[in-house]
Amino acid sequence: MTQYVVLSAILFTIGCIGVLTRRNAIVVFMCIELMLNAGNLALVAFAKQHGNLDGQIAAFFVMVVAAAEVVIGLAIIMTIFRTRRSASVDDASLLKY
Amino acid sequence: MNEFVKPVVDYFELLPLLIVSGVACLGVVIEAFAPRRMRYLAQVVLALAGLSVALVVVVLIARDAKVYADGAARGILSVGGTIAVDGPTLFLWGLILVLALAGVLLFAERHLGGGVSAFAGQAAALPGTEAEREASTSGLDHTEVYPLLMFAVFGMLLFPSANDLLTMFVGLEVLSLPLYLLCGLARRRRLLSQEAALKYFLLGAFSSGFFLYGVALVYGYAGSMNFAAINEAVRNDAGNSALLLIGIGLISVGLFFKVGAAPFHAWTPDVYQGAPTPVTAFMAAATKVAAFGAILRLFYVAFGSDRWSWQPMMWVIAILTMLVGAILAITQTDVKRLLAYSSVAHTGFILTGVLGIQATSDLAPGEVTALQAVLFYLATYGFATLGAFAVVGLVRDSGGEVTALDRWAGLGKESPVVAGVFAFFLLAMAGIPLTSGFVGKLAVFSVALAAGAWPVVAVAIIASIIAAFLYIRVIKAMYFDDPIGDGPTVVFPSVLTATTIALGAAVTLMLGVLPGPLLDLAGLAGQFLR
Repeated sequence: MTQYVVLSAILFTIGCIGVLTRRNAIVVFMCIELMLNAGNLALVAFAKQHGNLDGQIAAFFVMVVAAAEVVIGLAIIMTIFRTRRSASVDDASLLKY
Repeated sequence: MNEFVKPVVDYFELLPLLIVSGVACLGVVIEAFAPRRMRYLAQVVLALAGLSVALVVVVLIARDAKVYADGAARGILSVGGTIAVDGPTLFLWGLILVLALAGVLLFAERHLGGGVSAFAGQAAALPGTEAEREASTSGLDHTEVYPLLMFAVFGMLLFPSANDLLTMFVGLEVLSLPLYLLCGLARRRRLLSQEAALKYFLLGAFSSGFFLYGVALVYGYAGSMNFAAINEAVRNDAGNSALLLIGIGLISVGLFFKVGAAPFHAWTPDVYQGAPTPVTAFMAAATKVAAFGAILRLFYVAFGSDRWSWQPMMWVIAILTMLVGAILAITQTDVKRLLAYSSVAHTGFILTGVLGIQATSDLAPGEVTALQAVLFYLATYGFATLGAFAVVGLVRDSGGEVTALDRWAGLGKESPVVAGVFAFFLLAMAGIPLTSGFVGKLAVFSVALAAGAWPVVAVAIIASIIAAFLYIRVIKAMYFDDPIGDGPTVVFPSVLTATTIALGAAVTLMLGVLPGPLLDLAGLAGQFLR
């Protein structure tokens, strides 16, 4: 059981580091999805450990929410890309201080 | 494996949620089938009607709510204990619905922009292209903003009433996703607006990733998502407490991001500046109310027995938030950014109230509880912020709104009424007596002091003084500085914005002069139902 939780923690950390270091908005977004899926894995692992279904059901809800988030996120990233011809998060820097 | 039990759904108590989500879906249908010229009127009327009916229903539910233990708590737990419709929920629902009504009025304002709304004619048309000019000259308008607003309101209603981690996560996302889109739909300065949407979205999704992983860890600790069950597990010290502590920390990241507490406040100024001003007004007021409702319920109900572990964290966050907000606000040269940093400082003041939780037995009779103080502060903050951003929308020149502070110089001569109302809102935020801000600050500071958090209160008073300097600087610029050459003009608003500003000013004045009724109402709401 612990292995699954450790794996999910590793995935979460990889996602987190990816968000902080990558520059392309799409890749950043993929890393966020990785964090959500790490959460899913942990939920399912804990559901097995506790012997109830709450965590597994929660994982389904998270998948739906993540899908909705993809729709919104890609719409926003695409608009930015069409305007600026770049999806780099460093280029979007008009608002600061 | 336990048997699946069919949950009892109390339809009457959930009616506000059902009405708002139903109206949002109906709005989408109108977008699809109604002819373009009818949509604006249909959407505005539908949104206003839906929110008003929901508000009436909230009052009816509150009147008939079941009372427990001599009025210490009232209401019910519904849908298998996942949604709590109790006193604090009803108070917050009422507040959010009133703020949302004012938000719809601001969204519907077309007079200021010369016959067009504040939203892009066609968001898909690229800025500076022929397609955009065509969309703008033919008077196109994104009426989708009303269904989006209603979906956001639905999430805001669900968020503070969630009595279960999963419901809370869904509420958090349902309130955030429409707001990400609304931020990117400004008609003017579209690059700024799109950038604000991108930043808000990426950081918001990042923080909800933290929230979700925290949920998973707390579930791993307690074996249940339900707040009452988590509380039970915490009392019995049932599981691996490392999971609990890390889980509380990660969930806090998600929630503190939503309210804009330092060090998770970085998005606030960018998004408040870039978003269309009506969206900023609505978002700044209503999101904070909903998110603090959720923070209160989560920390008081689920983690209440473990408050010795989270109170020190909240002390640090509150102190940091107040100082960062107040000090960085001084350096700002843009009115919207300035108000954004001031809202960060207010988050700190509200957190000062949140950490003032005490056991009921420690309270003197008639003493204001932490919950009561925070609910009252949220009402004072919400109306002052809404009004202030609505006033910002009035100050314009040929290029749209003017938000640079140096161009506001001499506004008091240009329009004494508008400058006076704005000054009044700023004084309320500074907490000058006879405005709502004073009573709100007094309430949260006194509960924090009673709970022994005197260092936080000391910092809060210092931060209040720093912030007061800032607000008075703006008032000085408006009244005593000479206007520079091409100053902005104040556009006379239509009845929609005028109503919103009047509502904000009236509530701010009334709560300052006569705070009793609302404080009593917040007290009547009682404690959270467990």
